[in-house]
Amino acid sequence: MSGILVIAEQRRGELSAATLETVAAAVSLRRQRPQPLAVAVLARDPEAFVAPLSLAGVEEIVKVAIPTEEFQSDVFEAAVLALAGERSPAVIMTPHSVDAWGYAPAVAVRGGFGCATDVFEVRYDGEDLVAVRAAYAGKLHVEVDFPGRQTVVLTMRGNVYPPLQQNARPRVSSFTAPGVEARTVHLGYIEPPAAEDVDLAQAEFVLAIGRAVNEEGKVEQFRALAGRMGFTLGCSRPIADQGWLPRSRQIGQSGKTVGACKVYLAMGISGAAQHISGMQHVPNVIAVNKDSEAAIFGLARYGVVADVFELAEALRSHFT
Amino acid sequence: MKIVVPVKQGAILDEDFELRADGKAAAAQHVEYVLNECDEYAWEAALQIAEACGEGFEAVPISVGPKRAEDALRRCLARGGNRAVRVWDEVLEEELSPGEVARILARVVSKEGADLVLTGGLASDHAFAQTGISLAAELGWPHVAVVTALEYSLGDAGARVRRELEGGLLEVLEVRCPAVLTIQAGINAPRYASLRGVRQAQEKPIEVLALADLGLSGGGVTAARSFRVRRMYRPARGCAELIEGSAADQALRLAEIIKALMGAAG
Repeated sequence: MSGILVIAEQRRGELSAATLETVAAAVSLRRQRPQPLAVAVLARDPEAFVAPLSLAGVEEIVKVAIPTEEFQSDVFEAAVLALAGERSPAVIMTPHSVDAWGYAPAVAVRGGFGCATDVFEVRYDGEDLVAVRAAYAGKLHVEVDFPGRQTVVLTMRGNVYPPLQQNARPRVSSFTAPGVEARTVHLGYIEPPAAEDVDLAQAEFVLAIGRAVNEEGKVEQFRALAGRMGFTLGCSRPIADQGWLPRSRQIGQSGKTVGACKVYLAMGISGAAQHISGMQHVPNVIAVNKDSEAAIFGLARYGVVADVFELAEALRSHFT
Repeated sequence: MKIVVPVKQGAILDEDFELRADGKAAAAQHVEYVLNECDEYAWEAALQIAEACGEGFEAVPISVGPKRAEDALRRCLARGGNRAVRVWDEVLEEELSPGEVARILARVVSKEGADLVLTGGLASDHAFAQTGISLAAELGWPHVAVVTALEYSLGDAGARVRRELEGGLLEVLEVRCPAVLTIQAGINAPRYASLRGVRQAQEKPIEVLALADLGLSGGGVTAARSFRVRRMYRPARGCAELIEGSAADQALRLAEIIKALMGAAG
Protein backbone atom coordinates (compact mmCIF):
# COMPACT_ATOMS: atom_id res chain seq x y z
CA MET A 1 0.00 0.00 0.00
CA SER A 2 1.29 3.40 -0.89
CA GLY A 3 -0.05 6.84 -1.52
CA ILE A 4 -1.85 9.60 0.34
CA LEU A 5 -5.47 10.41 -0.44
CA VAL A 6 -6.80 13.70 0.94
CA ILE A 7 -10.57 14.13 1.08
CA ALA A 8 -11.29 17.82 0.57
CA GLU A 9 -14.14 19.48 2.38
CA GLN A 10 -16.49 22.09 1.02
CA ARG A 11 -19.68 23.58 2.32
CA ARG A 12 -22.08 25.71 0.31
CA GLY A 13 -19.58 26.02 -2.51
CA GLU A 14 -16.62 27.05 -0.36
CA LEU A 15 -13.55 24.97 0.25
CA SER A 16 -12.73 24.92 3.98
CA ALA A 17 -9.49 26.51 5.17
CA ALA A 18 -8.83 23.27 7.06
CA THR A 19 -8.72 21.41 3.74
CA LEU A 20 -5.74 23.49 2.59
CA GLU A 21 -4.00 22.78 5.90
CA THR A 22 -4.67 19.07 5.50
CA VAL A 23 -3.14 19.19 2.02
CA ALA A 24 -0.09 20.86 3.59
CA ALA A 25 0.15 18.04 6.15
CA ALA A 26 -0.04 15.48 3.33
CA VAL A 27 2.70 17.26 1.36
CA SER A 28 4.86 17.30 4.48
CA LEU A 29 4.37 13.55 4.98
CA ARG A 30 5.16 12.86 1.34
CA ARG A 31 8.46 14.67 1.72
CA GLN A 32 9.46 12.00 4.23
CA ARG A 33 8.46 9.17 1.94
CA PRO A 34 7.89 9.80 -1.76
CA GLN A 35 4.51 8.44 -2.78
CA PRO A 36 1.53 9.51 -4.89
CA LEU A 37 -0.57 12.32 -3.43
CA ALA A 38 -4.12 12.82 -4.68
CA VAL A 39 -6.86 15.12 -3.43
CA ALA A 40 -10.45 14.01 -3.97
CA VAL A 41 -13.24 16.55 -3.89
CA LEU A 42 -16.84 15.40 -3.52
CA ALA A 43 -19.43 17.88 -4.75
CA ARG A 44 -22.27 18.24 -7.19
CA ASP A 45 -19.91 20.30 -9.36
CA PRO A 46 -16.37 19.32 -8.33
CA GLU A 47 -14.80 21.22 -11.24
CA ALA A 48 -15.28 24.46 -9.27
CA PHE A 49 -12.71 23.28 -6.70
CA VAL A 50 -9.95 22.26 -9.09
CA ALA A 51 -8.31 25.70 -9.21
CA PRO A 52 -8.11 26.33 -5.42
CA LEU A 53 -6.75 22.79 -4.89
CA SER A 54 -4.04 23.08 -7.54
CA LEU A 55 -1.21 23.43 -5.03
CA ALA A 56 2.46 22.48 -5.23
CA GLY A 57 2.95 18.88 -4.16
CA VAL A 58 -0.52 17.73 -5.26
CA GLU A 59 -0.08 15.36 -8.19
CA GLU A 60 -3.69 14.65 -8.94
CA ILE A 61 -7.11 16.06 -8.22
CA VAL A 62 -9.93 13.53 -8.34
CA LYS A 63 -13.33 14.96 -9.15
CA VAL A 64 -16.08 12.91 -7.54
CA ALA A 65 -19.52 14.08 -8.63
CA ILE A 66 -22.18 13.27 -6.03
CA PRO A 67 -25.93 13.85 -6.21
CA THR A 68 -26.15 16.07 -3.13
CA GLU A 69 -24.84 19.58 -2.65
CA GLU A 70 -24.52 18.97 1.09
CA PHE A 71 -22.40 16.56 3.05
CA GLN A 72 -24.25 13.26 3.37
CA SER A 73 -22.66 10.49 5.40
CA ASP A 74 -23.82 7.47 3.35
CA VAL A 75 -22.72 9.10 0.09
CA PHE A 76 -19.35 10.15 1.50
CA GLU A 77 -18.64 6.77 3.07
CA ALA A 78 -19.48 4.86 -0.11
CA ALA A 79 -17.44 7.19 -2.33
CA VAL A 80 -14.35 7.20 -0.09
CA LEU A 81 -14.50 3.42 0.37
CA ALA A 82 -14.78 2.91 -3.40
CA LEU A 83 -11.85 5.27 -4.01
CA ALA A 84 -9.81 3.46 -1.38
CA GLY A 85 -10.73 0.14 -2.95
CA GLU A 86 -9.46 1.28 -6.33
CA ARG A 87 -6.28 3.00 -5.15
CA SER A 88 -5.29 1.24 -1.93
CA PRO A 89 -3.80 4.35 -0.31
CA ALA A 90 -1.64 3.97 2.78
CA VAL A 91 -3.14 7.11 4.31
CA ILE A 92 -6.51 8.81 3.94
CA MET A 93 -6.50 12.32 5.42
CA THR A 94 -9.33 14.73 6.02
CA PRO A 95 -9.80 17.77 8.29
CA HIS A 96 -10.96 17.05 11.85
CA SER A 97 -14.24 18.80 11.16
CA VAL A 98 -17.83 18.15 12.18
CA ASP A 99 -18.42 16.46 8.81
CA ALA A 100 -15.42 14.19 9.41
CA TRP A 101 -16.73 13.29 12.88
CA GLY A 102 -19.81 12.12 11.03
CA TYR A 103 -18.20 9.75 8.53
CA ALA A 104 -14.43 9.20 8.90
CA PRO A 105 -14.68 6.65 11.76
CA ALA A 106 -17.33 4.76 9.78
CA VAL A 107 -15.04 4.60 6.73
CA ALA A 108 -12.34 3.12 8.96
CA VAL A 109 -14.64 0.48 10.46
CA ARG A 110 -16.19 -0.52 7.13
CA GLY A 111 -12.85 -0.61 5.33
CA GLY A 112 -10.99 -2.40 8.10
CA PHE A 113 -8.62 0.58 8.36
CA GLY A 114 -6.73 2.04 11.30
CA CYS A 115 -7.98 5.40 12.50
CA ALA A 116 -6.80 8.33 14.61
CA THR A 117 -8.67 11.61 15.05
CA ASP A 118 -7.63 15.18 15.83
CA VAL A 119 -4.04 14.47 14.77
CA PHE A 120 -1.60 17.37 14.81
CA GLU A 121 1.59 15.62 13.75
CA VAL A 122 2.16 12.76 11.36
CA ARG A 123 5.48 11.20 10.37
CA TYR A 124 7.26 7.99 9.55
CA ASP A 125 9.41 6.22 12.11
CA GLY A 126 11.24 3.68 9.97
CA GLU A 127 8.45 1.75 8.29
CA ASP A 128 5.82 2.77 10.80
CA LEU A 129 3.36 5.59 10.32
CA VAL A 130 3.14 7.55 13.58
CA ALA A 131 0.39 10.00 14.47
CA VAL A 132 0.42 12.36 17.46
CA ARG A 133 -2.72 13.63 19.21
CA ALA A 134 -3.56 15.16 22.58
CA ALA A 135 -5.32 13.76 25.64
CA TYR A 136 -6.67 15.15 28.90
CA ALA A 137 -7.32 18.66 27.50
CA GLY A 138 -3.77 18.87 26.18
CA LYS A 139 -1.97 17.84 29.38
CA LEU A 140 -0.46 14.87 27.56
CA HIS A 141 0.45 14.11 24.00
CA VAL A 142 -0.04 10.59 22.69
CA GLU A 143 1.92 8.87 19.94
CA VAL A 144 0.03 6.11 18.19
CA ASP A 145 0.78 3.68 15.38
CA PHE A 146 -1.24 1.15 13.42
CA PRO A 147 0.37 -2.30 13.37
CA GLY A 148 -1.11 -4.60 10.76
CA ARG A 149 -3.18 -1.91 9.01
CA GLN A 150 -2.71 -1.47 5.27
CA THR A 151 -4.65 1.78 5.26
CA VAL A 152 -5.07 4.40 7.97
CA VAL A 153 -7.67 7.19 8.24
CA LEU A 154 -6.40 10.38 9.91
CA THR A 155 -8.49 13.44 10.72
CA MET A 156 -6.17 16.43 11.01
CA ARG A 157 -6.39 19.28 13.53
CA GLY A 158 -6.59 22.77 12.03
CA ASN A 159 -4.18 25.68 12.48
CA VAL A 160 -1.13 23.41 12.58
CA TYR A 161 0.24 23.00 9.06
CA PRO A 162 0.24 26.39 7.27
CA PRO A 163 -1.56 26.23 3.92
CA LEU A 164 0.64 26.12 0.81
CA GLN A 165 0.56 29.09 -1.48
CA GLN A 166 2.51 27.95 -4.50
CA ASN A 167 0.30 27.00 -7.44
CA ALA A 168 0.83 23.97 -9.63
CA ARG A 169 -0.87 22.10 -12.45
CA PRO A 170 -1.83 18.69 -11.10
CA ARG A 171 -3.43 16.01 -13.25
CA VAL A 172 -7.23 16.10 -13.04
CA SER A 173 -9.26 12.91 -13.15
CA SER A 174 -12.85 11.88 -12.54
CA PHE A 175 -14.20 9.10 -10.39
CA THR A 176 -17.73 7.77 -10.47
CA ALA A 177 -19.08 7.35 -6.96
CA PRO A 178 -21.23 4.26 -6.44
CA GLY A 179 -24.94 4.89 -6.20
CA VAL A 180 -26.09 4.59 -2.61
CA GLU A 181 -29.26 5.21 -0.67
CA ALA A 182 -28.98 8.33 1.48
CA ARG A 183 -30.52 7.61 4.87
CA THR A 184 -30.43 11.22 6.05
CA VAL A 185 -32.13 14.11 4.26
CA HIS A 186 -30.89 17.69 4.43
CA LEU A 187 -33.76 20.04 5.27
CA GLY A 188 -31.92 23.35 5.59
CA TYR A 189 -29.46 25.46 7.50
CA ILE A 190 -30.02 27.75 10.46
CA GLU A 191 -27.59 30.66 10.47
CA PRO A 192 -25.72 31.36 13.72
CA PRO A 193 -27.36 33.98 15.92
CA ALA A 194 -26.33 37.51 15.03
CA ALA A 195 -24.11 39.15 17.61
CA GLU A 196 -26.63 40.85 19.83
CA ASP A 197 -24.52 43.58 21.32
CA VAL A 198 -20.97 42.60 20.49
CA ASP A 199 -18.97 41.28 17.62
CA LEU A 200 -16.22 39.15 19.11
CA ALA A 201 -14.65 38.68 15.69
CA GLN A 202 -13.84 42.41 15.69
CA ALA A 203 -12.83 42.83 19.34
CA GLU A 204 -9.18 43.78 20.01
CA PHE A 205 -9.25 42.99 23.73
CA VAL A 206 -11.09 39.93 25.00
CA LEU A 207 -11.61 38.59 28.51
CA ALA A 208 -12.84 35.01 28.24
CA ILE A 209 -14.16 32.93 31.12
CA GLY A 210 -14.32 29.15 31.32
CA ARG A 211 -15.37 26.21 33.39
CA ALA A 212 -13.71 27.45 36.60
CA VAL A 213 -16.44 30.11 36.76
CA ASN A 214 -18.81 27.52 38.11
CA GLU A 215 -21.90 29.47 39.13
CA GLU A 216 -24.14 31.78 37.15
CA GLY A 217 -23.96 34.39 39.90
CA LYS A 218 -20.19 34.62 39.52
CA VAL A 219 -20.32 35.65 35.87
CA GLU A 220 -21.26 39.21 36.83
CA GLN A 221 -17.90 39.81 38.52
CA PHE A 222 -16.15 39.17 35.22
CA ARG A 223 -18.63 41.18 33.17
CA ALA A 224 -17.95 44.14 35.43
CA LEU A 225 -14.18 43.61 35.28
CA ALA A 226 -14.22 43.37 31.48
CA GLY A 227 -16.23 46.60 31.37
CA ARG A 228 -13.75 48.46 33.57
CA MET A 229 -10.79 47.18 31.55
CA GLY A 230 -12.31 47.97 28.19
CA PHE A 231 -12.32 44.29 27.26
CA THR A 232 -15.10 42.37 25.51
CA LEU A 233 -16.45 39.45 27.52
CA GLY A 234 -16.37 36.02 25.88
CA CYS A 235 -16.48 32.44 27.12
CA SER A 236 -15.65 28.84 26.39
CA ARG A 237 -18.31 26.25 25.64
CA PRO A 238 -19.39 25.17 29.16
CA ILE A 239 -20.51 28.70 30.07
CA ALA A 240 -22.69 28.97 26.95
CA ASP A 241 -24.02 25.42 27.45
CA GLN A 242 -25.32 26.52 30.84
CA GLY A 243 -26.97 29.53 29.23
CA TRP A 244 -25.03 31.92 31.47
CA LEU A 245 -23.80 33.83 28.41
CA PRO A 246 -25.39 33.77 24.94
CA ARG A 247 -23.91 31.60 22.15
CA SER A 248 -22.74 34.78 20.42
CA ARG A 249 -20.15 35.08 23.22
CA GLN A 250 -18.74 31.58 22.74
CA ILE A 251 -15.20 31.33 21.36
CA GLY A 252 -13.93 28.16 19.69
CA GLN A 253 -14.63 25.66 16.95
CA SER A 254 -18.40 25.81 17.26
CA GLY A 255 -18.41 29.49 18.18
CA LYS A 256 -16.50 32.58 17.19
CA THR A 257 -12.91 33.08 16.13
CA VAL A 258 -11.47 36.24 17.68
CA GLY A 259 -9.81 37.27 14.43
CA ALA A 260 -8.90 40.86 15.39
CA CYS A 261 -7.88 40.15 18.98
CA LYS A 262 -4.56 41.54 20.22
CA VAL A 263 -4.79 40.75 23.93
CA TYR A 264 -6.68 37.69 25.20
CA LEU A 265 -7.16 37.23 28.93
CA ALA A 266 -8.26 33.62 29.54
CA MET A 267 -9.66 33.18 33.04
CA GLY A 268 -10.38 29.65 34.25
CA ILE A 269 -10.07 28.11 30.77
CA SER A 270 -8.18 24.82 30.57
CA GLY A 271 -7.37 25.04 26.88
CA ALA A 272 -9.23 22.17 25.19
CA ALA A 273 -8.60 21.90 21.46
CA GLN A 274 -12.10 23.09 20.56
CA HIS A 275 -11.57 26.36 22.40
CA ILE A 276 -8.00 26.91 21.28
CA SER A 277 -8.94 26.74 17.61
CA GLY A 278 -10.78 30.05 18.08
CA MET A 279 -7.96 32.00 19.75
CA GLN A 280 -4.56 30.38 19.30
CA HIS A 281 -3.49 32.96 16.69
CA VAL A 282 -3.73 35.83 19.22
CA PRO A 283 -0.23 37.28 19.80
CA ASN A 284 -0.72 38.16 23.48
CA VAL A 285 -2.48 35.46 25.45
CA ILE A 286 -2.58 35.83 29.22
CA ALA A 287 -3.77 32.74 31.04
CA VAL A 288 -5.08 32.61 34.60
CA ASN A 289 -5.76 29.14 35.95
CA LYS A 290 -5.47 27.34 39.27
CA ASP A 291 -4.09 24.22 37.59
CA SER A 292 -0.45 24.83 36.67
CA GLU A 293 -0.66 21.90 34.23
CA ALA A 294 -3.53 23.44 32.21
CA ALA A 295 -2.81 23.30 28.48
CA ILE A 296 -3.70 26.98 28.04
CA PHE A 297 -0.32 27.91 29.59
CA GLY A 298 1.34 26.19 26.64
CA LEU A 299 0.28 28.94 24.26
CA ALA A 300 0.25 31.88 26.67
CA ARG A 301 2.78 34.71 26.68
CA TYR A 302 2.06 35.38 30.34
CA GLY A 303 0.77 32.88 32.86
CA VAL A 304 -0.75 33.37 36.31
CA VAL A 305 -1.33 30.33 38.50
CA ALA A 306 -4.07 31.62 40.79
CA ASP A 307 -7.68 31.38 41.86
CA VAL A 308 -9.61 33.26 39.16
CA PHE A 309 -12.02 34.90 41.59
CA GLU A 310 -9.30 36.22 43.88
CA LEU A 311 -7.25 37.46 40.97
CA ALA A 312 -10.25 39.12 39.29
CA GLU A 313 -11.06 40.90 42.53
CA ALA A 314 -7.46 42.08 42.95
CA LEU A 315 -7.27 43.18 39.31
CA ARG A 316 -10.41 45.31 39.60
CA SER A 317 -8.79 48.06 41.64
CA HIS A 318 -6.18 48.68 38.93
CA PHE A 319 -8.74 49.74 36.35
CA THR A 320 -11.10 52.61 36.82
CA MET B 1 -39.32 -0.07 22.52
CA LYS B 2 -35.93 0.85 23.72
CA ILE B 3 -33.23 3.53 23.65
CA VAL B 4 -29.75 2.32 24.48
CA VAL B 5 -27.22 4.88 25.73
CA PRO B 6 -23.54 3.87 25.76
CA VAL B 7 -21.73 5.89 28.43
CA LYS B 8 -18.09 6.18 29.40
CA GLN B 9 -16.44 6.67 32.71
CA GLY B 10 -14.15 9.49 31.68
CA ALA B 11 -10.70 9.95 33.20
CA ILE B 12 -9.43 13.15 34.81
CA LEU B 13 -5.77 13.66 35.73
CA ASP B 14 -4.96 15.36 39.01
CA GLU B 15 -2.56 18.29 39.21
CA ASP B 16 0.43 16.18 40.25
CA PHE B 17 -0.06 13.40 37.76
CA GLU B 18 2.78 11.15 36.66
CA LEU B 19 3.12 8.69 33.85
CA ARG B 20 3.03 4.95 34.33
CA ALA B 21 6.43 3.24 34.28
CA ASP B 22 5.94 2.05 30.67
CA GLY B 23 5.07 5.61 29.58
CA LYS B 24 1.90 4.49 27.82
CA ALA B 25 -0.68 5.87 30.25
CA ALA B 26 -1.02 8.08 33.30
CA ALA B 27 -0.22 6.36 36.61
CA ALA B 28 -3.44 4.95 38.06
CA GLN B 29 -3.17 6.72 41.41
CA HIS B 30 -3.41 10.10 39.65
CA VAL B 31 -6.55 9.29 37.67
CA GLU B 32 -10.09 10.01 38.83
CA TYR B 33 -13.14 8.81 36.96
CA VAL B 34 -16.44 10.55 36.37
CA LEU B 35 -19.39 10.03 34.02
CA ASN B 36 -18.39 11.70 30.75
CA GLU B 37 -20.05 15.10 30.29
CA CYS B 38 -21.54 14.57 26.80
CA ASP B 39 -22.92 11.22 27.94
CA GLU B 40 -24.86 12.98 30.71
CA TYR B 41 -26.64 14.97 28.00
CA ALA B 42 -27.23 11.83 25.92
CA TRP B 43 -28.77 10.08 28.93
CA GLU B 44 -31.00 13.05 29.69
CA ALA B 45 -32.16 13.14 26.05
CA ALA B 46 -33.03 9.44 26.26
CA LEU B 47 -34.94 9.89 29.53
CA GLN B 48 -36.93 12.80 28.10
CA ILE B 49 -37.97 10.81 25.02
CA ALA B 50 -38.81 7.76 27.08
CA GLU B 51 -40.88 9.76 29.59
CA ALA B 52 -42.79 11.53 26.84
CA CYS B 53 -43.64 8.12 25.38
CA GLY B 54 -45.00 6.76 28.65
CA GLU B 55 -45.68 3.06 29.14
CA GLY B 56 -43.69 0.52 27.22
CA PHE B 57 -40.53 2.54 26.90
CA GLU B 58 -37.16 1.70 28.26
CA ALA B 59 -33.93 3.67 28.36
CA VAL B 60 -30.88 1.55 29.19
CA PRO B 61 -27.36 2.84 29.92
CA ILE B 62 -24.55 0.51 28.91
CA SER B 63 -20.80 0.72 29.40
CA VAL B 64 -17.65 -1.20 28.56
CA GLY B 65 -15.29 -1.18 31.52
CA PRO B 66 -14.11 -2.83 34.72
CA LYS B 67 -16.13 -2.79 37.95
CA ARG B 68 -15.52 0.93 38.54
CA ALA B 69 -17.56 1.72 35.39
CA GLU B 70 -20.64 0.83 37.46
CA ASP B 71 -20.29 4.23 39.14
CA ALA B 72 -21.09 5.88 35.80
CA LEU B 73 -24.04 3.54 35.24
CA ARG B 74 -25.44 4.15 38.74
CA ARG B 75 -25.11 7.87 38.18
CA CYS B 76 -27.41 7.42 35.19
CA LEU B 77 -29.80 5.14 37.08
CA ALA B 78 -30.06 7.68 39.90
CA ARG B 79 -31.86 9.94 37.41
CA GLY B 80 -34.04 7.34 35.74
CA GLY B 81 -34.16 3.97 34.05
CA ASN B 82 -34.46 0.61 35.73
CA ARG B 83 -31.47 -1.43 34.67
CA ALA B 84 -28.04 -1.19 33.07
CA VAL B 85 -25.53 -3.40 31.28
CA ARG B 86 -21.77 -3.51 31.78
CA VAL B 87 -19.39 -5.51 29.62
CA TRP B 88 -15.98 -6.57 30.79
CA ASP B 89 -13.65 -9.47 30.34
CA GLU B 90 -10.30 -10.27 31.86
CA VAL B 91 -8.78 -10.63 28.38
CA LEU B 92 -9.47 -6.91 27.67
CA GLU B 93 -6.91 -4.19 28.26
CA GLU B 94 -7.85 -1.31 30.50
CA GLU B 95 -7.46 1.31 27.74
CA LEU B 96 -9.39 0.16 24.69
CA SER B 97 -9.39 2.06 21.41
CA PRO B 98 -12.72 3.42 20.09
CA GLY B 99 -12.90 0.73 17.41
CA GLU B 100 -12.69 -2.02 20.01
CA VAL B 101 -15.30 -0.40 22.25
CA ALA B 102 -17.61 0.06 19.27
CA ARG B 103 -17.35 -3.60 18.31
CA ILE B 104 -18.38 -4.67 21.81
CA LEU B 105 -21.16 -2.07 22.08
CA ALA B 106 -22.63 -3.19 18.75
CA ARG B 107 -23.19 -6.68 20.14
CA VAL B 108 -24.92 -5.27 23.22
CA VAL B 109 -27.16 -3.00 21.13
CA SER B 110 -28.15 -5.97 18.95
CA LYS B 111 -28.78 -8.17 21.97
CA GLU B 112 -30.95 -5.49 23.57
CA GLY B 113 -32.89 -4.89 20.35
CA ALA B 114 -32.60 -1.11 20.52
CA ASP B 115 -34.74 1.26 18.42
CA LEU B 116 -32.37 4.19 18.87
CA VAL B 117 -28.88 4.73 20.25
CA LEU B 118 -27.84 8.02 21.80
CA THR B 119 -24.31 8.58 23.02
CA GLY B 120 -21.97 11.47 23.79
CA GLY B 121 -20.31 13.17 20.83
CA LEU B 122 -16.90 12.96 22.45
CA ALA B 123 -15.31 12.18 25.77
CA SER B 124 -13.45 14.87 27.63
CA ASP B 125 -10.45 12.62 28.39
CA HIS B 126 -9.24 11.48 24.96
CA ALA B 127 -11.66 13.43 22.74
CA PHE B 128 -11.66 10.78 20.03
CA ALA B 129 -15.18 11.67 18.80
CA GLN B 130 -15.03 8.26 17.18
CA THR B 131 -16.89 5.65 19.21
CA GLY B 132 -20.51 6.52 18.36
CA ILE B 133 -20.04 6.67 14.60
CA SER B 134 -17.85 3.54 14.69
CA LEU B 135 -20.71 1.81 16.52
CA ALA B 136 -23.14 2.92 13.80
CA ALA B 137 -20.83 1.44 11.16
CA GLU B 138 -20.58 -1.84 13.08
CA LEU B 139 -24.38 -1.97 13.18
CA GLY B 140 -24.84 -0.73 9.61
CA TRP B 141 -27.18 1.95 10.93
CA PRO B 142 -27.72 5.54 9.77
CA HIS B 143 -26.03 8.09 11.99
CA VAL B 144 -25.63 11.78 12.73
CA ALA B 145 -22.77 13.30 14.74
CA VAL B 146 -22.82 16.38 16.98
CA VAL B 147 -26.58 16.61 17.48
CA THR B 148 -27.85 19.72 19.32
CA ALA B 149 -31.61 19.24 18.92
CA LEU B 150 -33.67 16.09 18.59
CA GLU B 151 -37.32 15.36 17.88
CA TYR B 152 -38.24 11.70 18.10
CA SER B 153 -40.97 9.50 19.50
CA LEU B 154 -40.33 5.84 20.10
CA GLY B 155 -41.46 3.91 17.07
CA ASP B 156 -41.10 6.83 14.64
CA ALA B 157 -39.64 5.93 11.25
CA GLY B 158 -37.25 8.84 11.53
CA ALA B 159 -35.92 11.54 13.81
CA ARG B 160 -35.59 15.21 13.01
CA VAL B 161 -32.29 16.55 14.32
CA ARG B 162 -30.00 19.53 14.17
CA ARG B 163 -26.27 19.12 13.99
CA GLU B 164 -23.88 21.84 14.97
CA LEU B 165 -21.34 22.81 12.31
CA GLU B 166 -18.31 25.08 12.50
CA GLY B 167 -18.89 28.67 13.53
CA GLY B 168 -22.31 27.97 15.06
CA LEU B 169 -24.07 27.15 11.77
CA LEU B 170 -26.76 24.49 12.26
CA GLU B 171 -27.97 21.91 9.77
CA VAL B 172 -31.49 20.54 10.07
CA LEU B 173 -31.90 17.01 8.81
CA GLU B 174 -34.03 13.94 9.05
CA VAL B 175 -32.47 10.57 9.79
CA ARG B 176 -34.06 7.18 9.32
CA CYS B 177 -34.33 5.02 12.43
CA PRO B 178 -33.01 2.89 13.98
CA ALA B 179 -30.04 5.23 14.08
CA VAL B 180 -27.06 6.22 16.19
CA LEU B 181 -26.98 9.88 17.18
CA THR B 182 -23.99 11.41 18.95
CA ILE B 183 -25.06 14.16 21.31
CA GLN B 184 -23.35 17.50 21.87
CA ALA B 185 -23.13 19.06 25.33
CA GLY B 186 -25.79 21.71 25.89
CA ILE B 187 -28.64 19.94 24.04
CA ASN B 188 -30.67 19.93 27.27
CA ALA B 189 -30.32 20.60 30.99
CA PRO B 190 -29.50 17.27 32.66
CA ARG B 191 -31.59 16.80 35.80
CA TYR B 192 -30.05 16.45 39.21
CA ALA B 193 -30.34 13.13 40.95
CA SER B 194 -32.42 13.24 44.12
CA LEU B 195 -31.09 11.57 47.26
CA ARG B 196 -33.88 9.05 46.87
CA GLY B 197 -32.82 8.46 43.28
CA VAL B 198 -29.22 7.87 44.33
CA ARG B 199 -30.36 5.40 46.98
CA GLN B 200 -32.69 3.57 44.59
CA ALA B 201 -29.94 3.35 41.97
CA GLN B 202 -27.93 1.17 44.34
CA GLU B 203 -30.69 -1.45 44.16
CA LYS B 204 -31.20 -1.41 40.39
CA PRO B 205 -29.72 -4.38 38.54
CA ILE B 206 -26.58 -4.06 36.44
CA GLU B 207 -26.18 -7.03 34.17
CA VAL B 208 -22.52 -7.95 33.68
CA LEU B 209 -21.60 -9.61 30.41
CA ALA B 210 -18.35 -11.23 29.32
CA LEU B 211 -17.23 -11.36 25.70
CA ALA B 212 -18.43 -14.95 25.34
CA ASP B 213 -21.94 -13.85 26.33
CA LEU B 214 -21.87 -11.62 23.24
CA GLY B 215 -20.38 -14.19 20.90
CA LEU B 216 -17.07 -12.33 20.84
CA SER B 217 -13.50 -13.42 21.47
CA GLY B 218 -10.56 -11.33 22.64
CA GLY B 219 -9.08 -11.64 19.17
CA GLY B 220 -12.32 -10.51 17.54
CA VAL B 221 -12.20 -7.34 19.62
CA THR B 222 -8.50 -6.69 19.01
CA ALA B 223 -9.12 -6.99 15.26
CA ALA B 224 -11.17 -3.80 15.54
CA ARG B 225 -8.38 -1.83 17.21
CA SER B 226 -8.14 1.72 15.82
CA PHE B 227 -4.52 2.27 16.81
CA ARG B 228 -1.86 1.25 19.30
CA VAL B 229 -0.45 3.67 21.88
CA ARG B 230 3.33 3.91 21.57
CA ARG B 231 3.90 6.43 24.31
CA MET B 232 2.46 9.41 26.15
CA TYR B 233 4.49 12.42 27.16
CA ARG B 234 4.15 15.90 28.58
CA PRO B 235 4.23 18.35 25.69
CA ALA B 236 7.06 20.84 25.47
CA ARG B 237 5.57 24.07 26.71
CA GLY B 238 5.72 27.50 25.16
CA CYS B 239 7.77 29.96 27.14
CA ALA B 240 4.99 31.65 29.12
CA GLU B 241 6.41 34.14 31.59
CA LEU B 242 4.96 33.12 34.94
CA ILE B 243 3.79 35.93 37.20
CA GLU B 244 4.32 34.89 40.80
CA GLY B 245 3.60 36.21 44.24
CA SER B 246 0.44 36.91 46.22
CA ALA B 247 -2.83 37.63 44.40
CA ALA B 248 -2.24 41.35 45.01
CA ASP B 249 1.31 41.18 43.60
CA GLN B 250 0.15 39.15 40.63
CA ALA B 251 -2.72 41.56 39.91
CA LEU B 252 -0.45 44.59 40.09
CA ARG B 253 2.07 43.12 37.65
CA LEU B 254 -0.69 41.80 35.38
CA ALA B 255 -2.38 45.22 35.26
CA GLU B 256 0.93 46.81 34.21
CA ILE B 257 1.38 44.24 31.46
CA ILE B 258 -2.19 44.61 30.21
CA LYS B 259 -1.98 48.41 30.14
CA ALA B 260 1.32 48.26 28.26
CA LEU B 261 -0.08 45.79 25.71
CA MET B 262 -3.22 47.89 25.25
CA GLY B 263 -1.11 51.00 24.79
CA ALA B 264 1.05 49.28 22.21
CA ALA B 265 -2.02 48.00 20.36
CA GLY B 266 -3.89 51.30 20.48
